[in-house]
This record gives sequence, structure tokens and C-alpha cells, in this order.
Amino acid sequence: MNKLALTLNVNGQDHDLLCEPSRTLAQALREDLGLTGTKVGCGVGDCGACTVLVDGQTVNSCLMLAVQAAGKAIVTIEGLADGPKLHPIQAAFVEQGAIQCGFCSPGMILSAKALLDANPAPSEPEIRQGLSGNLCRCTGYQKIVQAVDAAARTLRGERTVG
Amino acid sequence: MERQFDVIGSRAPRLDGPAKATGQAVFADDLSFPGMLHGAILQSPHPHARVLSVDASAARRLPGVKAVITAAEVGTVKYGVSPARYDETLFATDKVRYVGDEIAAVAAVDLATALEALALIKVEYDPLPAVFDPLEALAQGAPLIHDEFPGNVCAEVHQEFGEVEAALAKADYVRTDTLKNKRQDGGFIETHCAVAVPDLNGRVTLYSATQVPHYVQRNVAMVLGLELSKLRVVKPYVGGGFGPKAEATPLDYCSTALALATGKPVKMAYTREQVFLHGRARHQFIHEMTTGVTKDGKLLALKHRAILDGGAYTSFGIATVYYSGSLLGGPYRLANMKYDGLRAFTNKPACGAQRGHGGVIARALFERQLDLIAKELGIDPVRMRLDNMMEVGDVTCNDLNMSSLGMRECIEAVRDGSNWEAKKGKLAKGKGIGVACGFFVSGAGYPIYRSETYHSTVTLKVDEDGGGIKVLSASAEIGQGSDTVLAMIAAESLGVPLELVRVESGSTDFGVDLGAYSSRQTLMSGHACRDAALMAKGRILASVAAELGVDPDDLDFKNGVLVSRGPALDIAPLRTRYRKEHRGWPNLPDGEALCFAEAARIAFLAQGSIVGTGQYKPPQLGGKYKGAAVGTSPAYGCSAQVVEVAVDLETGQVRVESVTDAHDCGRAINRTAVEGQMEGSISMGLGEALFEEVKFDQKGRVVNPSLGEYHIPTIQDMPAMKCIVVESDEPNGPFGAKEVGEGAIMPTIPAILNAVYDATGAVITELPLTPERVLRAIRQAQAANK
Repeated sequence: MNKLALTLNVNGQDHDLLCEPSRTLAQALREDLGLTGTKVGCGVGDCGACTVLVDGQTVNSCLMLAVQAAGKAIVTIEGLADGPKLHPIQAAFVEQGAIQCGFCSPGMILSAKALLDANPAPSEPEIRQGLSGNLCRCTGYQKIVQAVDAAARTLRGERTVG
Repeated sequence: MERQFDVIGSRAPRLDGPAKATGQAVFADDLSFPGMLHGAILQSPHPHARVLSVDASAARRLPGVKAVITAAEVGTVKYGVSPARYDETLFATDKVRYVGDEIAAVAAVDLATALEALALIKVEYDPLPAVFDPLEALAQGAPLIHDEFPGNVCAEVHQEFGEVEAALAKADYVRTDTLKNKRQDGGFIETHCAVAVPDLNGRVTLYSATQVPHYVQRNVAMVLGLELSKLRVVKPYVGGGFGPKAEATPLDYCSTALALATGKPVKMAYTREQVFLHGRARHQFIHEMTTGVTKDGKLLALKHRAILDGGAYTSFGIATVYYSGSLLGGPYRLANMKYDGLRAFTNKPACGAQRGHGGVIARALFERQLDLIAKELGIDPVRMRLDNMMEVGDVTCNDLNMSSLGMRECIEAVRDGSNWEAKKGKLAKGKGIGVACGFFVSGAGYPIYRSETYHSTVTLKVDEDGGGIKVLSASAEIGQGSDTVLAMIAAESLGVPLELVRVESGSTDFGVDLGAYSSRQTLMSGHACRDAALMAKGRILASVAAELGVDPDDLDFKNGVLVSRGPALDIAPLRTRYRKEHRGWPNLPDGEALCFAEAARIAFLAQGSIVGTGQYKPPQLGGKYKGAAVGTSPAYGCSAQVVEVAVDLETGQVRVESVTDAHDCGRAINRTAVEGQMEGSISMGLGEALFEEVKFDQKGRVVNPSLGEYHIPTIQDMPAMKCIVVESDEPNGPFGAKEVGEGAIMPTIPAILNAVYDATGAVITELPLTPERVLRAIRQAQAANK
């Protein structure tokens, strides 16, 4: 199969790639760019573990072809922290006990980011709606909801991370 | 309960939280090695067939294929979970017994080539009649799945404690009820994965997404004929286990065999569909219970029959069929109990262990029946449970010792926390409230293979500069938080802040640990960790005491500094020695007391590296009868839940609106982690009650092998949960701690069933609670009332 040359902008940096047209964005991120923070739990868009942001929107990267993401701004979990300083959403997930096995956490955190970017003060039903594409088997979601709420308050300047 | 702790009982964030929040945590599929090959397994499309021939010659000729293995290459050493019941071979030789049974495996330069090669392997099958229903499998004339097991009976258990028939004859009220569930799936988000990396000395490192590095090491070495020392098993971060990752998988065996055959690293992973085909999750249980009580609700006797659909192989099934009976011994006083359990083979993937191993559906029916009895006798269900509750020090009829039991406190906590008395019998039409209790082991009393082995060893090493502590453990952090628990136990035992401790776990190089199953890591590995820390601390204090000329028994560390119960200490000479070694360093300790780093450095200068070791195996546990090894444990966790539901009486749709949960975990090491286990357990129980069912077609194929079609709870399905941590002081647990990870699931299904009954009067005898099933039961209840 002929490979295609494309440029992926990931976490603000351009990467030139040669890849097969059938390569998914998840494969390109994980295998070509070594960004293994993006997880794949099902490969068919059911679980949301592979969620990344493409032009600010959540996308199941296992369902998007790498070529479809060319020229767009892709944010992965590796792009959230500011050096060693966790993003407030990441800090809230750690602090609130919203992480257990951690396999869903990158996707969950990116869905939370898309939600809070669009709606800085979501209600609990809005948080649940915003994360409804991400499955977690460990937590029962309660501490995840609490973490997103805590992060929203931090981002609004109403609390500092403890 | 007066004792004060500095680290234990806090809400310390998980040690691995930042790594997991940033994507830095490495899971098995994130690993990559130079020259790594990709493997794939050929699985049977038939549920039951003779294998006449396997021809892999065309696959071997495909460019890019590096190795193909079949039974001819790897042999036919039998394996399984319990050595007495080894009934699997890596690849089928004579027969395949379920859709998914393994035939061969390939390693190639990439996954696409490996899959292409699988398609080139020619297998000649002679299909045989298959059987999928456990009752049909047990009927006369059913196709025989294993020649060694006539009648497709995998295992039978017959136990009687006390005199059940005599007690039932004396009962004022006796009733019989039934319940059956459906086969379930673990639903962990990370599929199984294994990466085997050979070296040039004939050794292999197997990175596996497993709950049990120790058993994986033993089984893979046994099946492939390797010396144990040639195989190191390392568990990277694991994306959830819940039981189905508690045994070695064909990926573990195949990747290791292919790595040895090719001399290259080999990665293999299951697709989500293959997770369903591998199975090893919750059995289908068919329970019938007959319970007799006095007119004031005192439990007299339980007669219990269970049939388990085991699938094609034994896996954990022997333990499952025992647990299914034994865990009803508590938490109520029940002097007479008879259990007849039978596990059938069928032509489906094998079932194994899953959270609440063996006990979940039995518990659901028993708690359901308690409510039906309470209603008949006009007793409040909470009252009925409290009146029958065991107390600390009681021993069940099957010899389980309640060394701690906060069961009464749990029921009272959920009764009051849910405002039960204001709600029971007073809710609007279609709304219901239900209560249930649960009970589970805190670590299996015996290893899976017969051995006097320690169940856990821990090595704790103090940095030579004194500044930090490393815990080395072969235990399995699978998300439940065991690394953090071990760090907290080490910090508390040493008397240092948590930040000083780091944990390396999950490698068979670090010792023996039986792994993350039967809710054993906190109690067993925690014991070993505490003892290792105390040994290291003793060595440090001995050196410091000798230098200071005081009695070491008068010294201790608290919050990272040396404290004396005896005379005031003159630490100046020791501090001077420490400072001389650190000329030019900023931020040297200058407090009044000697800090841990100074003391540990002084000890190193005197003794060399400071290492402590600890090991644990359970004390002699009760029970001499056949099967007593399953269910006996050093301690038992217990819990109660109150669930409120809304049932749409027109459609049968059930919605769980709130859950109030209380769990006695002994002393809570980490409160946030305890709540996390409680909340996760409720979620899994809710899914199993309302949605979850692995479905098969007429040819034994899983028809819903995806997380979209097999519905685990989403964030929209989960109600508000109020979790109340009830603490007891478990004498057999480190710092009084015991389990929470599995026992917490026990009350969820029956509490939901009881709440649905409260809402509708409908008696439901089959899970999950699909709208059509609920609606049918509502209509039957309505018709009966007319």
C-alpha cells in the first residue's frame, strides 16, 4: 500500500509522518510518535480510553484515521501538564481519588478538559453528560465527577489545589 | 481503637496518581523493544470438534513470519489453576471444546502479517455435537466434553454442618426460592497483553497484564519446561483485573514460547472480542435455597443447591463451587447448613474468578430470601438481620472465625444513613427501598498449589545515604491501590513521612507474593511489609543507640525524627559526623532531634546497607472437613447497603437512585482508597444486576463481545453513593486492617432486588433485570393479587 506523507500537529508541535492510509490516529500517536498515554481499550469507539482533542473536540482516536487529523490541532494527555506541574484537572483527579487502574484516566481527563473549556461551571448532570463517552470499571465514577467539579472550581479561581 | 497514627487512616493521594494522570504510567501494550515481533493466536471456530490435522506449512512460508507454534512444538503439558485439576493444554490436540480454543500461534514482523499467517494454517475439524446449557450438559446422553469427566460433571461438593432436616422440621416457617444469573465479563478497560523479551543467556522476561506474577511464572515455566530461574515475570501497570486476570493466559505461554523460538521480543494482546472468548469471569449460577426460621425470625437451617455453568475447562471452578456454599456460613448465626454444589462443563469459554468469587449470586438469593421471610413474618428486614447477626468471636458452623465483625455497625450505619425508617413502606408508587448484607474473605487461607510457601515476602531497603526507603514486593498493584497501601504501612512502621517511601512491585525478582486475588494484598503483603520495616528500623535504632549509649528500646522514630522515651539525647556528635560528610550541602538537618536520614546514615556507616525482610503466611486456620481450605481466611470483611430504586411500572425500566453503603474494612489504611473500592464494587454489582450478560448463539459464539453491546455501567447509570467506612480492629490484620475490594460487592445485587420487590411486589428469579423481565414479573404479581 502506498504510504502518505502527512503532518500531525500534536501538543503544539508538528510531526512529519509517512503512514498507510488505513492507519488510525491512535496508532499514529502511540506507535509512530511514541505517545503511549493515549490508551486503546476496544478499538471500535465503545470505551473512550483513546479520547484525544482534535481542534478542541473530543475524538475517539481509534476511529479517526491519521490522515483525517492532518492539519488539525491535536491534544493528547501528554500535552496537558506544564512541565512537572499537573494541569488542574489532572491534579484534581489525583487529589480526589478519581484514578484507580488509570487506564481510562487519560481519555477521561481529556473529555473533562473539552467539557470545562466549553462550560466552565457545569452542573453534575452536565459533568455526567460530558463524560458519558468514557467507560471506567474501577471507580463507579463518583470520585471522577467530584474531581471534575473540583477542577472546575480551581480553574474558576474558587479554590486552590491542596 | 485509641491508638494514634500519623500516616495510616489518612487520605494520602495514590503514589501512582501523577504518572497515571499524565499518561506516563506504562502498561503492557505501551512497551516496545528493538526488533519486537507481534504474535497472534489461531482459535477454533467450532464449539466442539475433533482436530484431525493442523498444517502450518503455508503460514511458515509467508514472508515476515518468524515462527509458528502448535502442539507439536510446545508439547501438551497440562495446566490449569488447581494442580489437582489441570485440564488444559496450550494448544488443542485431540479436540477443541469452545469457540476460541487455541490451535496455534504465530510471530511475525507485524500484526497484519501474523494475522495473514493465521489464515494460512489449515486445520481439519470433525465437528461434534455441542452443549451450551449446564442442565442439558448434565442430562443423560449429552455430548461428553472431557473423557475424564463422565456426565460433564467438573466438580461436586456435598457438605452438611449440623442437622439440617431435623432443624427444618422444627421450623415455624420454611420457604424455598431460586435465583439464576447470567455469565458475566470482567469488563476491565485494558485487554490482556503480554510481551516476552529473551536475553542471550536463555532467560526470558515476561511483561504481563496480570494479577498474579507468581502463578504466571510457575505455570509458564511448567508448561514450557523452563527452570523457574530462567523466567522473570514483571507486571507493569495493569488496567483493572477483577479476577479474570488471575491466571496465566495463552498470551503468556505463547509470547514466551515464541520469544524463545525466535530470540526476539514478542508482543501479543487480546482484542476486546478475544477477552470475551477467553472468559474466566463470573460463572452462571443456578441456586435453590430452602430456609427455615422460628416465628420470630430466628434462622434455623439452610438447605442450598447450586449448579454452575463452568464452560469448557476447570480454571478456578473448584474454588468457585466451594465458595458458593461456604460464604453463606456468615455473617448470620446459622447452626445448620447443607450445601450441594455442582459445576458442569459446557462448550463455552471457561468461567473463573470474579470479584466476590463464587459468593455473589448465592448471597443475592439468601439476602433476597431473608426479605421474603421478613415480609411473611411481618418483621422489618433490618430488624430481622440485626436479630440474627453474629458477634465478634463467633465461629460459623463451617469453622469461619469472626475475629472482627463490624456487621451490626454497618447495618445501623446504612439504616440511619439512608433514613430507612422514614422511607420503608412509605415511598411513592413505583419507588422502593431495599437492604442487604455481605461478607467475604480477607485473603485465601491457602495458596492455589499445595505448599508451605510464605504467601508474601517483602524486602525493604533503606537508601545508603539514609534519605529514602524502597519497598520491594512481588505484589500486584492492579489499580486497587496496593502500592500506596504498602508505602503507608512502611511509613507508619518506620515512623517516617510517606514521601520518603517508594514502592517497586509486581516482579517475581522481588520475592514471593501470591498476587491480587481473594482480597489479600493489604492483609498479607501488608503484614510482610510491616515486619520488613520493623526489622530495618530495629537495625537503625540499634546502631544509633550504641552510638548514643542508650537502650534501643527507648528509641523510636516519629514523623521522621528520632524520639526517646528515656533520657534526653545528646545528638551533637552524630550530627557532626553527618555534617562532615555533607560539606557544602544546603538544607542540612538542624532541628533539635536527629532526623531519620541522619540516623539511617549512621547505621549504614556501622553496618553497611540496611535491609529489612518480612514474610507472612496465615496462621493455622479452622476446618478439617473436605473443602475447608476454601473460605477459611485470617479475617473477614463485611458490609451492608441500602438501595433506593424507581421502577417504571409501564415499561419495567429500573433505575437505581441512590446507594448507602457501609463496609467494615478493619482499620482503614487509606480512606479514599477504601471508598474507591466500595464505589467501584457498587458499580460492578449494579451492572450485573441490571444489564450484564454474555450472550451466545446456537453455535456457541459470543454475540455481544464488545463494550458497546455488553453494557457495563456508564457514568449516566450510576446513582449518588454514600459510602460509610466502618472501622474495626482486626487482630489478624496489619494495624487492624482487612479487606474491602471484593466484600463490598456482595450486598449490591440483593439490595437492588429487594428494592425492586419493595417497589413492585414482583418476585424476580433471573438476572439481569431487563425491562421485559421486570415487566413480566410485575404483571405476574398483579395477576396473583387479583
